[in-house]
Amino acid sequence: MSIAIRNVSKKFGAFKALDDVSIDIPSGQLVALLGPSGCGKTTLLRIIAGLEYADRGQILLEGDDASDRHVRERQVGFVFQHYALFRHMTVFDNVAFGLRVRPRRHRPSEAEIRKRVSRLLDLVQLGWLADRYPSQLSGGQRQRIALARALAVEPKVLLLDEPFGALDAKVRKELRRWLRQLHDEIHVTSVFVTHDQEEALEVSDSVVLMNKGRVEQTGSPDAVYDHPATPFVASFLGSVNLFHGRVEDGHLHVGEHALALGDGHAPAEQAVGFVRPHEFDLLPAAANAGGLPARIARVIAIGPMAQVELTRVDGELIEVSVSRAIFDTLGLREGDHVSLRPRAIRVFHNDRLAA
Amino acid sequence: MSASIALQPGALERYETPSTCEPAWVRVVLITIALTFFAVFLLLPLGTVFAEALRKGWGTYLASLSSPDAWAAIRLTLLTAAIAVPLNLVFGVAAAWAIAKFEFPGKRLLITLIDLPFSVSPVISGLIYVLMFGAQGWFGPWLAEHDIRIIFAVPGIVLATIFVTFPFVARELIPLMEAQGAEEEEAAVVLGASGWQVFWHTTLPNIKWGLLYGVILCNARAMGEFGAVSVVSGHIRGKTNTMPLHVEILYNEYNYAAAFAVASLLALLAIVTLGLKTLVERQTRRQRQESIKASEIES
Repeated sequence: MSIAIRNVSKKFGAFKALDDVSIDIPSGQLVALLGPSGCGKTTLLRIIAGLEYADRGQILLEGDDASDRHVRERQVGFVFQHYALFRHMTVFDNVAFGLRVRPRRHRPSEAEIRKRVSRLLDLVQLGWLADRYPSQLSGGQRQRIALARALAVEPKVLLLDEPFGALDAKVRKELRRWLRQLHDEIHVTSVFVTHDQEEALEVSDSVVLMNKGRVEQTGSPDAVYDHPATPFVASFLGSVNLFHGRVEDGHLHVGEHALALGDGHAPAEQAVGFVRPHEFDLLPAAANAGGLPARIARVIAIGPMAQVELTRVDGELIEVSVSRAIFDTLGLREGDHVSLRPRAIRVFHNDRLAA
Repeated sequence: MSASIALQPGALERYETPSTCEPAWVRVVLITIALTFFAVFLLLPLGTVFAEALRKGWGTYLASLSSPDAWAAIRLTLLTAAIAVPLNLVFGVAAAWAIAKFEFPGKRLLITLIDLPFSVSPVISGLIYVLMFGAQGWFGPWLAEHDIRIIFAVPGIVLATIFVTFPFVARELIPLMEAQGAEEEEAAVVLGASGWQVFWHTTLPNIKWGLLYGVILCNARAMGEFGAVSVVSGHIRGKTNTMPLHVEILYNEYNYAAAFAVASLLALLAIVTLGLKTLVERQTRRQRQESIKASEIES
């Protein structure tokens, strides 16, 4: 089922949680709502579910206005950050709940319920826990049961609120890979909220970046990563180095140094260049081939990449990440002077920064 | 469940670590003081009640309990509790539900009002009803016109009892429900449960021990209330005397054996209540620990 969010706004007192948000989510996709805490992503998810009502705007499910439809009738599955499993029920009863509370004429027979629940428990690979209580499960197991419970009512839309937020790093990684596989199996339109950019980029078909109640950018993970539309997106997705300067004849002038930008950049008095750590070439200072002079302050060479922290002449810090092989051949050490040449710079004019 | 049992040995060991222990003589002195105080002020009077009640033998004891007036007082007490406790159960759950799960204007005021019966002297609680429903009260003339008696009759006793015992259930449930939050209810609604199903299948099972605890306390107070009931009762023998009032009348008539016999029933009720309370408390504590533990794991 497709979801269309049309001009939704929501205020909590004086706080604008959502400000004229419009998003289209095609049927069968796994979409991430990504943003820092307080950006309105959870509120939006709750509005889609019907647990919260929008002050203005509409939610269309499969083209029909569902704004006034009760949660019960929206046919959504909701997975809570803290699982919200019924603590006094066994795992089996938790999963069966959605089927058992149906009005008698829509309720499947107890044998049918049994069959469906055990199929779901197999799907989440936890059939052997059917008789346990939630308090006897680990966090990762609870979240998978919560997912099975949400899927039991065969929802048209699956909504997940920070589904891995309460889990430790290793379980988190396992579970998100597993969620992706599960989605490829069942293909239900899914929206999940997260503040973890790695999680969003790794799992989803498309990412909606939100900030301060507004949508900053929507697109596939590689598109938003490689072509951020706003300075917020550029700095939120992974670490980034900022260069303030002015744009003139195809160069970003930072102090007395000029960094080549390529064609198609309108001149601007005030602009900011964004460069990711892995987009630098590190050259020995003697090469003198243009670029920014800097001094190596610290090197963390663990694993395949070397993370190099450098200070510019004016004292500002730059993070660079190069492969160990290249770093080793350069033979650089802490305290050495080098020249930095960015391979790609994204430039935003300052009027966009103010927005 | 297994976790809370596993907690017990740990809790015991903590008392026994030498570094946190007082010297032996301090312990002995403190325990002796506590036990002596307990014996003199609690155990002795309680024993006296039963000793006095049985002083003239079982025959007199049973006879004073089965006298028509005593029997009427027992019936009235049971009737009052049978009306007041279920009503306060419903009010208490409704109030706690509203306070714990919703935000609304006037919430603070409601919480304060729930505590009002605790903070006001029971005599005043009784007087309120006399002022409202008594012959000279606000509704007095209207009630007289329609030949409805509230004050100096059973309805007044029931009303005063309801007022005095109102906070018990709500007070017990509010912190429990607030600790549990509304997520389970939300989950149930999303899964298609109706309001009643949500209450029956998710809210009630989560609060059942706390609720039972509140009901036990509420019942003990409903049966034992003296002040408020005394004001509205009118002390009509065999008609508007509850057990505590009956004890007072018998005592004032120097009928000690009968007074202590009825008192012994109330004392027995207190002991049974305490026993039940201890049992239920154990369960509530476990439930609360589980919800706290659950929220700790979550955060």
